[in-house]
Amino acid sequence: MAMLEVKNLSISFGGLHAVDDFSVTIEKGELYGLIGPNGAGKTTVFNLLTGVYKPTEGKISLDGKDITGKNTIEINRAGIARTFQNIRLFKNMPVLDNVKTGFHNRYRYSTVSGILRLPRYRQVENTLNERAMEILKVFDLDKEAAILAGNLPYGKQRKLEIARALATEPRLLLLDEPAAGMNPNETGELMETIRFVRDHFDMTILLIEHDMRLVAGICEKLSVLNFGRLLAQGETAEVLSNPDVITAYLGE
Amino acid sequence: MDKSLEIIRRMKNRTLKNHLITYLIVIVFYVVIQVLINTGNLSSLLTGLLVPICVYVIAAISLNLVVGISGELSLGHAGFMCIGAYTSAFFSNAVGDGLPEIPRFILAILIGAVCAGLFGVLIGIPVLRLKGDYLAIVTLAFGEIIKNLVNVVYMGIDSNGLHISTTTAMDLHMEPGGKQIIKGALGISGTPRNSSFTAGIILILITLFIVQNLISSRSGRAIMACRDNRIAAESIGIPVTRFKLLAFAVSAAMAGVAGVLYSHNLATLNTKKFDYNTSILVLVFVVLGGIGNIRGSMIAAVILTALPEMLRFLSNYRMLIYAIVLIVMMLFNWAPAARTWRERMREKLPFKKKAAAGKEEA
Repeated sequence: MAMLEVKNLSISFGGLHAVDDFSVTIEKGELYGLIGPNGAGKTTVFNLLTGVYKPTEGKISLDGKDITGKNTIEINRAGIARTFQNIRLFKNMPVLDNVKTGFHNRYRYSTVSGILRLPRYRQVENTLNERAMEILKVFDLDKEAAILAGNLPYGKQRKLEIARALATEPRLLLLDEPAAGMNPNETGELMETIRFVRDHFDMTILLIEHDMRLVAGICEKLSVLNFGRLLAQGETAEVLSNPDVITAYLGE
Repeated sequence: MDKSLEIIRRMKNRTLKNHLITYLIVIVFYVVIQVLINTGNLSSLLTGLLVPICVYVIAAISLNLVVGISGELSLGHAGFMCIGAYTSAFFSNAVGDGLPEIPRFILAILIGAVCAGLFGVLIGIPVLRLKGDYLAIVTLAFGEIIKNLVNVVYMGIDSNGLHISTTTAMDLHMEPGGKQIIKGALGISGTPRNSSFTAGIILILITLFIVQNLISSRSGRAIMACRDNRIAAESIGIPVTRFKLLAFAVSAAMAGVAGVLYSHNLATLNTKKFDYNTSILVLVFVVLGGIGNIRGSMIAAVILTALPEMLRFLSNYRMLIYAIVLIVMMLFNWAPAARTWRERMREKLPFKKKAAAGKEEA
């Protein structure tokens, strides 16, 4: 069964069809790319998938379960986590706590046991510290665990956002322009990390990206959006050589 | 693996040290004041200020939970103090000598905290849908509404139970033997004066315990996550409204405790003290002491409560000096130059040197 199945997804803001009749099927373990020119509706698709917007039409199912119309929190619990185009970290909290906050729904204890420091608090906090450090190590952030997230350099902030998303233990990870603002070296490193995350965490990943080197380098399949509509879909090499796609990107 | 454990251990120790220093400051303050009292070196004026200082310290800690930790500007905390003060004073008067002093006072504190906390939930549910300036204005209004409502309430107790009226004392229809406790604008008189400096310090320590432990727990992290980035908090599955409400209610309950301490320190209690001036005053403590800085807001509360009284000998220049102190404190806390200077000073301290040396070794 497909990990993510989107059928005829549409949303209009007034008269504007931001996403129109978008369908996609992503299998478990796939690294899938969503590309398209600026304003094509890519981020809107992410916002629809994560419940920020409710679709006017269409159906979204995750691992066979219908999640259409659910809110952000329910969808995260169901197993979709995301990062943002403009980084959204908890800037005034240490790097470690950013990841620990990601575990909010996975490792729980009550407010009262937190205040009274009951045994349950110590036990869960110890597990949390260990698990958070494991994830930070994957992203080579473990040495910065005590630093405030806002004080990290840009590239590491992007990585921390992915780390925090992974802490919610999702089945599907959505990355919104993970390489934005990175230099070629950092992008190369990021590609390695994304591949590693897929293999190590057994993750299905859908990503939006403008950096064609990254897209061609790691995505197995692609969907191309243009003016909210699906322009092409399929194997990466095939899609990238499609004349329609080239026209959309480079003009006539 | 060892290295990451080391980092976690160091982070834990830093938090623990921070907590302990805060408790220690309170205890040292208590001991110093006790010594001053016993050696007769504290003027009666300042002795009379000790309980109000505790009241304001608790109020400042509680407001800092909402403003600093939860990141919402609330201007209605005097309202919650009012609820705590009135409900607890009513209880103490109604019970009278039916209970020994100490258990009665403890129960009064609990009742004040629970009632104020309940009002915190009731008001929080509609109010926390708003953000920023709008939230501030609405909490300001709710604070005033509480004060004005309490101002017209008449309440008494007799063998038939509770009597409540909002018109006149006559409408209570009390039996001759009944006790009329809340007398509208006249407030409550004859509340047993159970509040003491010691009780105040114990309550400050309990409040600190709750707030500091809350901040460094799962719920505290969720509250701060909602403050730092609401959208990101939702994206990782944190129910934002619920945690904002939790912070607001806990804070309201603690403001209620401040109110209990206040009401059990006075022979007569009325609503005059619970207007927006008090809310603003507490906010001043929080802002000057540092938003989100619990220790700073405590120190600001002590200094700014004691200062006007200590400057009495300057008569007309008193408020001038007060204003200058406010400005200096603000600059000291927030001006970039002052901050870098403080950081330099901190590096010069011996124990920091050791930590830095340890870092180099590692």
